[in-house]
Amino acid sequence: MTQYTQADFKSDQPLKFCAGCGDHAVAASMQRAMAELGIAPSQTAVISGIGCSSRMPYYMNTYGMHTIHGRGLAIATGLKVARPDLTVWNVTGDGDCLAIGGNHFIHAMRRNIDLNIILFNNKIYGLTKGQYSPTSDRGLVTKSSPWGTVEDPFCPAELCIGARGTFFARAIDGDIKNSIAAMKAAVSHKGASVVEMLCNCVIFADGIHKLVTDPAVRADKTILLEDGKPMIYGKNRDKGLVLDGWNIKSVTIGENGVTEKDLLVHDAKMVDPTFHLKLAMMGYSPYGYAGATDELPIALGVIRDVEGISYDEAVAGQIEEVKGKKKARTLRELLLSGDTWEVK
Amino acid sequence: MENPKIIEASEVVVRFSGDSGDGMQLAGTIFSTVAAILGNEISTFPDYPAEMRAPRGSLGGVSSFQVHVGKKVYTPGDQCDVLVAMNPAALKQNVKFLKKGGVLIYDEDTFIQSELAKAKFATLDPFTEMGIADKYQFVGVPVSESTKASLADTGMDAKSVARCRNIFALGFVFWLFNRPLEKAEEFLTSKFAKKPEILQANLKVITDGFNYGANTHASVSTYRVESRQAEPGIYCDVKGNAATAYGLVAAAEKAGTRLFLGSYPITPATDILHELSKLKFLGVTTVQAEDEISGICTALGAAFGGALAATSTSGPGIALKSEAIGLAVMAELPLVVIDVMRGGPSTGLPTKTEQTDLMQCIYGRNGESPCVVMAASSPVDCFYAAYNASKIALEHNTPVILLTDAFLGNGSSSLRIPDPENLPDIKAAIATPDMAGSYEPYARDPETFVRLKAIPGTEGLMHRLGGLEKDEHGAISTNPEVHQKMVRNRQAKIDYIANVISELEVMGDADADTLVIGWGGTCGHISAAVENLRAQGMKLAQAHFEYIVPLPKNTAEVLRKYKNILCCELNNGQFAAYLRSKVEGISVKEFTEVKGQPFQIRDIEEAIVKVVKG
Repeated sequence: MTQYTQADFKSDQPLKFCAGCGDHAVAASMQRAMAELGIAPSQTAVISGIGCSSRMPYYMNTYGMHTIHGRGLAIATGLKVARPDLTVWNVTGDGDCLAIGGNHFIHAMRRNIDLNIILFNNKIYGLTKGQYSPTSDRGLVTKSSPWGTVEDPFCPAELCIGARGTFFARAIDGDIKNSIAAMKAAVSHKGASVVEMLCNCVIFADGIHKLVTDPAVRADKTILLEDGKPMIYGKNRDKGLVLDGWNIKSVTIGENGVTEKDLLVHDAKMVDPTFHLKLAMMGYSPYGYAGATDELPIALGVIRDVEGISYDEAVAGQIEEVKGKKKARTLRELLLSGDTWEVK
Repeated sequence: MENPKIIEASEVVVRFSGDSGDGMQLAGTIFSTVAAILGNEISTFPDYPAEMRAPRGSLGGVSSFQVHVGKKVYTPGDQCDVLVAMNPAALKQNVKFLKKGGVLIYDEDTFIQSELAKAKFATLDPFTEMGIADKYQFVGVPVSESTKASLADTGMDAKSVARCRNIFALGFVFWLFNRPLEKAEEFLTSKFAKKPEILQANLKVITDGFNYGANTHASVSTYRVESRQAEPGIYCDVKGNAATAYGLVAAAEKAGTRLFLGSYPITPATDILHELSKLKFLGVTTVQAEDEISGICTALGAAFGGALAATSTSGPGIALKSEAIGLAVMAELPLVVIDVMRGGPSTGLPTKTEQTDLMQCIYGRNGESPCVVMAASSPVDCFYAAYNASKIALEHNTPVILLTDAFLGNGSSSLRIPDPENLPDIKAAIATPDMAGSYEPYARDPETFVRLKAIPGTEGLMHRLGGLEKDEHGAISTNPEVHQKMVRNRQAKIDYIANVISELEVMGDADADTLVIGWGGTCGHISAAVENLRAQGMKLAQAHFEYIVPLPKNTAEVLRKYKNILCCELNNGQFAAYLRSKVEGISVKEFTEVKGQPFQIRDIEEAIVKVVKG
């Protein structure tokens, strides 16, 4: 395998994100994940829609296309079906993916097309200078909601899993190590993979994720899920998750006789999505982040990673299969084998 | 048995009509195919009910299939010589298409009170009630009862027996036209090869229907239709939508690329998706997308990946695809967009034909967004138009919009099966691996203004495309001069294509001072009208446009020669307005109709006469 470095995936274009924008870190994570995966830049394509994050293809020394608002996933789908040999990434944001591109998103999930979707969720429209997005918490005050929004947000994981997604991971923009791990797992997954990046927009929604990402609370407000490992978190690594009836409950190891053995062990490969959905929804209320009202941490890492038939493989496989069923190899052979007559 | 009266005809139009479930299309297809085998030219057109499942015998449930056969056939014909009506509703809906003195064949077993009531007849004598009793040659045939009798010994259930009525009626029509039954039997044998019982039943009833005509001396004229000398070759019957699909396949084969169709079902274009989906064994990839936008976007992604990519739709779909066509213009990627036009605006008349999308296709995008717009002129021409659209798209890295319409898409004519050797070469404008290091995505050929496309996977040619304006090196630019230059370059690229397409051909009289023009699917009707008038001694010239953007190079030169120009089109004069904007100093008169129906030849004749006589 050829060894690549981050530099091999950097284009000659300087990044134009605002100073302090979380997208700088995600760009670096993507380039480093690509290098670590060892797939040649020429075999990689990055397709995006419109929005701040959708500028990403310009910064990648790969094949790329910066397309139109909401349609990156549809364009990436066509590319992957036509060229299953390529590794195709889709860069999208909460507006691009879940508002104008919502239809393409749910159908990409349903079809399970082998795309690596990096969903930059900053809960705001940045490029149009600060309107609420479909992931903004209820009541958020923005330029287009001066009195606060009166609608509930999507939780991307809920939509992904509800649309039969086979892979969902979540990471924090500045957490390069775990971002890279999630992106590499997404590429390894055959099928549609969603990595939700909790991104901070310093200009229009600074601190939007701080309930969970603030260094002071992060360890207690997040849990990194790892397949096959017990669900432990907390500043002192003394908190864990157990099942209590239908619900997940946070417990403290050493209190009330709880030991590590009592904790839930993460199984990302479970086909039944019910429990993955519960994990993904921890820390969320119908109105957005539950914040102080919910003692459960937000799940990070690979929450769901199950095998399924990928659409691009199925399309290619069917073409090969039906080739064996018909004699004609060209259009002319086909037409000549049908109802014809000759004029001499 | 000797036939009483045989009329020698150069052409004849037969309209088969009945309930949606009566198999009128099958009967008509057999009739037209056999005519083609015997050396006639053919043109057919189905007329489906608008309702999905109207009650049996009701006026809303009538389905028709019109067949025009003869020596020189341009269209399915305005009016028919023979009308077959399988029930009273079919008569009521279709008698308006029957020429005065024509032959009306009807299933007399269905002209009973209950069926007449379903067709909203107030009396038991529909002919008098409609005031047509002395206008036609009426031939009542006991189709239902005869079919029952014919199949009495087979043990088939009543429903299956009833399904054979169409073939009994067809047998009678074969007798009327002196058509040999063997050819129909061959067709049926291949059609029902896997259903021997149904095959035997149909072979029996077609013979009995034929014999019924011969034995009863049915006192009507019988026809013998002249054949023409067609170009030698092997032929098949194709519908326009299938021909479009085949044209794409032929182009992909010639170019040595994969064919990709991204499409969303929409009347009347869906058959293109159906046809290409059937052809997966030829390596064709089809994606039935989640919406119209995804239909074109998946195609654009495939085009970026190196495929010959197409999307098929109708007017409402073009509206939804406009933004992505703009991206294809900006990214300069090859893409074939097929618009099978239907009645509009909005949902309009989904099953009916019109040419009302022209301006939408030429101009209906944001920004200066030029792309090639062309139109097919007959069902068979759909093949060549789709082939040429693909060739231009791949060689010039541009979207090409191909206009056909419901009339062409559902109509059929005979296609001489093309030999790929004889089709023009297609050489896609692609960057080669040796350009690694020096490739610039927006560098252009100085003559053609074509940029070379680099195919993902090629080492060293990595690059980024997108909807944002870029400089020639591919970097984003908002520089006013760069934008001005790129706008001009994109336009120049489309304008240059006028040098590679065929010139406008003028047919008819060299000394005519009236030129009749049109574009797309009205070609047959206009040609027939011009020929009819010329046969009567009128001096006329005719030109038909296949390319609209860009116009053929000699357009201005041709148009300026004539004192009168009459533009016939199925809209409010869109092409005429476009021509006036493109060619200075011409006066274009219009004959337009927007009824959801093809032109009637005689109406065009009247319009021409009016113009010539001033």
